[in-house]
Amino acid sequence: MILVETAITDIETGKAATIIKLSGGYTFQRRLRTMGVREGKIIRVITKHPLNGPLVVEVENRKTTIGRRMAQRIMVEV
Amino acid sequence: MKKIVLMGNPNVGKSVVFSRLTGAQVIASNYPGTTVDFSKGKMRLDGDLVEIVDAPGTYSLESSNKAEEVAVKMLGKADLIVNVIDATNLERNLFLTLELLESKKPVVVALNMWDETKHLGINIDVEKLEQFLKVPVMPMVALTGEGVNELVGRFNSACAPEGMKTKSEEERWVEIGHIIKKVQHVTHRHHTIWDMIADATIKPATGMPIAIITILISFWIVRNIGENLIGYVFEPLFDLYTPFAMSMSNWLGHGFLHDLFIGKLIDGEIEYVESMGLLTTGLFVPFGMVLPYIIAFYLMLAVLEDSGYLPRLATLMDTLFHKLGMHGHGIVPVFLGLGCNVPGALSIRTMETRKQRFISATLMAISVPCMAQIAMIFGILGPHDLVYVLMVFVTLMMIYVLVGLTLNRYVMGESPEIFLEIPPYRMPSAITILKKTWMRIRWFLTEAIPFLFLGVLIVNVLYAIGFLEWLGVLFAPITEGWLGLPKEATAALLVGFLRKDLAIGMLLPLGMTAMQLVIAATILTIYFPCVATFAVLLKELGVRDMIKSMVIMIVTALSVGGAMNFILIGA
Ligand SMILES: Nc1nc2c(ncn2[C@@H]2O[C@H](COP(=O)(O)OP(=O)(O)OP(=O)(O)O)[C@@H](O)[C@H]2O)c(=O)[nH]1
Ligand SMILES: [Mg+2]
Repeated sequence: MILVETAITDIETGKAATIIKLSGGYTFQRRLRTMGVREGKIIRVITKHPLNGPLVVEVENRKTTIGRRMAQRIMVEV
Repeated sequence: MKKIVLMGNPNVGKSVVFSRLTGAQVIASNYPGTTVDFSKGKMRLDGDLVEIVDAPGTYSLESSNKAEEVAVKMLGKADLIVNVIDATNLERNLFLTLELLESKKPVVVALNMWDETKHLGINIDVEKLEQFLKVPVMPMVALTGEGVNELVGRFNSACAPEGMKTKSEEERWVEIGHIIKKVQHVTHRHHTIWDMIADATIKPATGMPIAIITILISFWIVRNIGENLIGYVFEPLFDLYTPFAMSMSNWLGHGFLHDLFIGKLIDGEIEYVESMGLLTTGLFVPFGMVLPYIIAFYLMLAVLEDSGYLPRLATLMDTLFHKLGMHGHGIVPVFLGLGCNVPGALSIRTMETRKQRFISATLMAISVPCMAQIAMIFGILGPHDLVYVLMVFVTLMMIYVLVGLTLNRYVMGESPEIFLEIPPYRMPSAITILKKTWMRIRWFLTEAIPFLFLGVLIVNVLYAIGFLEWLGVLFAPITEGWLGLPKEATAALLVGFLRKDLAIGMLLPLGMTAMQLVIAATILTIYFPCVATFAVLLKELGVRDMIKSMVIMIVTALSVGGAMNFILIGA
């Protein structure tokens, strides 16, 4: 299996991936982690809203809505 | 007095715990950011009175909005912290717990939502968790009250955990990982048909039509409940009351007192909307016209809030709201504002930046009529044709979007994206909904009705001394010349500061055409918030931004009014 690093925004709807890295500001990263989006967790894309709208992702059975540009800072591995 | 502060992540059940402990009712809803200010209550602990404080939810002690700031501030004043955590979401909740443990204050952990762990296949070893955290941990179900007494039983023995060092964020996450591995066991759970239906409500292709249908049905229900309550309950009650009011009228004879209490008789009869007496219009507007709609609206709002649908709607609306300089959470001030603009104005605290707060507050004040006002719009325009009612709402919606687009361009500052936790759907309980609706109705009865009476009183006094007529003449160039309304409508604009429902009622005796009523009702929404909302906005926005906001309101009212006059009447 080849591992590829991409942003969560590039993952197909319905598919899951493992979070490997978060980028962006310190405060932003803490907010992500306190809302469950953390390195090592499996994240699934529920839906991507059109016109650069937000993503809805699922981590450990909990859904979170994240703006598109924020989501681009969540790096995952498939 | 000893101060016990409830702290925890958003939507974990702190407000329900608060109500359980104090017996005082506060609003709890199934979306993050319900509580935006602290509330205080008292309870007896071993014979002593102690103060309990319900704080807004926060994800960590470094706040990211005004509501979270309040929570962090309350922590400083606490003698004991009750850290409420969501047992179905243990891992991420523990971050705040560790921060609280480091604050060197006594902590008790309430492991709430215990009922939901079973069907989710979550197993938590409470004893082990206690050993790790070195403070009492009590599983509980705030909704049913299970575990509340046991929790209270641990309050007195609580002390600050010993040997807690301040850790870096990374160290905390490592520790949390370690704790979770030892205390939590999750059995894998397959996605069910319910999960698929739930997902359909948040995906754009299916979610949008569902949202439109849900909103239309909700408002149809509100209108129906409202109409039926009026037709079958409140109007018959007033029919019974009329003979009594008439005999009062005869007894008072002529003069100022008669005008004050009963008002003007029209063809020898009491006209409840037009007479303008304390015991006629002063009672009929709040009870005969507004209250039925308030009841209907808050019943419906409670269902939307408690089911967990609002965060989904926020997600669906996010793209639009982002263009207006906010993000999807901006629907919360709109929905709360439709009930009453005061809680709507408070809820802007959950927005992260000044720009977002300014825009959502200004837009709400301009184009979200409260239910009292909506009820009156139905009351005076409904008999003409529902199309006219629709015209008011469509105009207001267009203004919301247009002013929002403009403000987004010209208001300086950041407008961060949405970042919102979506709670699971929960079945709203009938008792909770009734209690919550009653709480809000009581608020209407105690806070709104005094203002309404004051409004009727002031109208009578100002009318008697001839002030209203003078004012009408003074503003005639604007009302008559620019807006195409009779000059007496100025009095309604003045009363609108106090109560907009009464102001709309005052339009009725002026003999306006339906189109003129549409214009007047629209302007009454836009031009200025009522005094109660104004006070909250002033506090939330500060003097400078409030002045800017007011300029925007008045300019919008005048331009929209003029444009409507031109388009609809063709003056
Ligand atoms: N199943 C279950 N639901 C609960 C329990 N406690 C609270 N709830 C529900 O969880 C939702 C959130 O409760 P709130 O008390 O508003 O939560 P909060 O922590 O005050 O939320 P914020 O004010 O937004 O920070 C409500 O819909 C409650 O009915 C519980 O023990 N079990
Ligand atoms: Mg709360």
